[in-house]
Amino acid sequence: MRILGISAYYHDSAAALVRDGTIVAAAQEERFSRKKHDARFPRGAAAYCLAAEGVKLREIDVVVFYDKPWLKFERMLETYLGYAPRGLASFLTAMPLWLKEKLNLRSVLEKELRALDPEAPKLAPLLFTEHHQAHAASAFFASPFQRAAVLCLDGVGEWATTSLWLGADNELTPCWEVDFPHSLGLLYSAFTYYTGFKVNSGEYKVMGLAPYGEPRYVDLIYRHLIDLKADGTFRLNTDYFNYATGLTMTNERFHALFGGPPRKPESPLTQREMDLAASIQAVTEEVVARLARTARREIDAEYLCLAGGVALNCVANGKLLREGLFRDLWVQPAAGDAGGAVGAALAAWHIHHRQPRHSNGGTDSMDGAFLGPSFSDGEIAQSLAASGAVYRRLDDDALCSEVARILAEGKVVGWFQGRMEFGPRALGSRSIIGDPRKPEMQAAMNLKIKFRESFRPFAPSVLAERASDIFELDRPSPYMALVAPVKESLRIPMTEEQQRLFGIDKLNVPRSSVPAITHVDYSARIQTVHRETNQRFHELIRRFEALTGCPVLVNTSFNVRGEPIVCTPEQAYRCFMRTGIDFLVLENFILAKDDQPAAEADDSWRREFELD
Amino acid sequence: MGLLKDLWGFARERKKFWLIPLIGTLLVLSVLVAIAQYSTVAPFIYTLF
Repeated sequence: MRILGISAYYHDSAAALVRDGTIVAAAQEERFSRKKHDARFPRGAAAYCLAAEGVKLREIDVVVFYDKPWLKFERMLETYLGYAPRGLASFLTAMPLWLKEKLNLRSVLEKELRALDPEAPKLAPLLFTEHHQAHAASAFFASPFQRAAVLCLDGVGEWATTSLWLGADNELTPCWEVDFPHSLGLLYSAFTYYTGFKVNSGEYKVMGLAPYGEPRYVDLIYRHLIDLKADGTFRLNTDYFNYATGLTMTNERFHALFGGPPRKPESPLTQREMDLAASIQAVTEEVVARLARTARREIDAEYLCLAGGVALNCVANGKLLREGLFRDLWVQPAAGDAGGAVGAALAAWHIHHRQPRHSNGGTDSMDGAFLGPSFSDGEIAQSLAASGAVYRRLDDDALCSEVARILAEGKVVGWFQGRMEFGPRALGSRSIIGDPRKPEMQAAMNLKIKFRESFRPFAPSVLAERASDIFELDRPSPYMALVAPVKESLRIPMTEEQQRLFGIDKLNVPRSSVPAITHVDYSARIQTVHRETNQRFHELIRRFEALTGCPVLVNTSFNVRGEPIVCTPEQAYRCFMRTGIDFLVLENFILAKDDQPAAEADDSWRREFELD
Repeated sequence: MGLLKDLWGFARERKKFWLIPLIGTLLVLSVLVAIAQYSTVAPFIYTLF
């Protein structure tokens, strides 16, 4: 049985195809449409999933959508009624879209699906899962566990913003939920907005900014914004927020509480924003920790699965792991709404169709998250020829040796291999990589290659078998879902003068023997690279280690700021040519920037991609 | 028709029958606004009032 899962119309639309319980393809629409966080129906992603399986839509048995629009509409109406007459402007903005399109989602979806296969005699039945059910299914059914507690934390779906489930075999049993407007995700997003970043994409920046600050506002947050109970459940004081009825996240009362209006986007960051980020991060970690303790107490399970946008907070995940409540935890790599497509499809298979599920207890079923398109040598050669690129083709052995040498010389490489990753992280298929030992690498990659804020940290990719030699981490983290400290022995102690530095001044102090991936608090967002799922990338790091003694590379996504991660060889070449990347490797093809035909200075990405 | 079926299914499942008049009114209004956008049909609407 083939099931097509769809998430769309809110943010990060995606499609996933599940055949007899196995995830065979999944991709986010933004990679095809080139519009970051694209929320439209995932035409490109769905067409890719069908092509990857070699079928037409008529051969799909079930289509399943990750959300129940009528439940969401119920929440919206009851919220507007509850707050009336406040919220009239928001009501008038939302209603036309809902009455015209979203409420009639069944026919909108049918129309879109029909466009994928206009000659299809009839369409497959259309099912709808609840939003948190899709998240929970994406976390549990794809995990390596046969029995686990499942915690979903996000902004909001229909009503639920936080939910606890018991996952056992092929069943997901809901335990309890916290409902809108009380939402940890929206609380975090409110601070994202207030510190001048974009809601639904700037949350990573707040997390990255937090270690530069001091959590000075924690008491204020607990006193005024969130009533956190001992069991981790909470209520927000809605007097300080505007998202339930307005078109912004925070209101004047919130601004007065924190002493001023929100920071203007792209204006200089001050210590205040850093302290605010540190404070909301500390509160989030405490809420997540208490919820996990409750899950451990209430549910007879030794493992924990996490999904929902808040589960992308890898700092909170790492702290949870170190608390040792559960034997292990597993975070869905596409924990945000895109992962809902996978979850919805798996829920249809295991719950609706009652199909059994057997995990082997060791590996998950995400296949390293390499579920997207790949390109043959022929396709790449054709694309490079069309671009007038100058390239060489090397065999596997020569390629890894040469790229390792180039990296050891301090050059930056665009690394394009195999199937594209599903989820927000680049894991060695569509990555920009570099030498983490170079102290100047972080600033160079941020400013000359990614064109993004200099404070943002980079993640390390480390050989799985060497991870515990470099980091205080005793288990795999193949999806960069966990943050752990760099080993004490590799750290460089700070001088007294350096210790007195505040905020962003800390950035330029080398923290360890791998400074480019060591954040100011000595932490790192780790990707363990496994030979079984990531063979060529593993081999490359092995060769790099043989040359340098360092089993780690800097790994960041292959894109510039605001651009979706590259999907095709054309996009990779274009990104390579308009940034400071020194070499591009596409499967076995290698291109040096110096050999390429001179390109005119190209800053068109600034117009093409809206800053995130 | 599918929309009305979904509305009834939703109200029954969630036991939210009290929302039906509200949603019904919104739907009727939206249909009227949509019809009013077609100039050829507009006089018909006008004669109703």
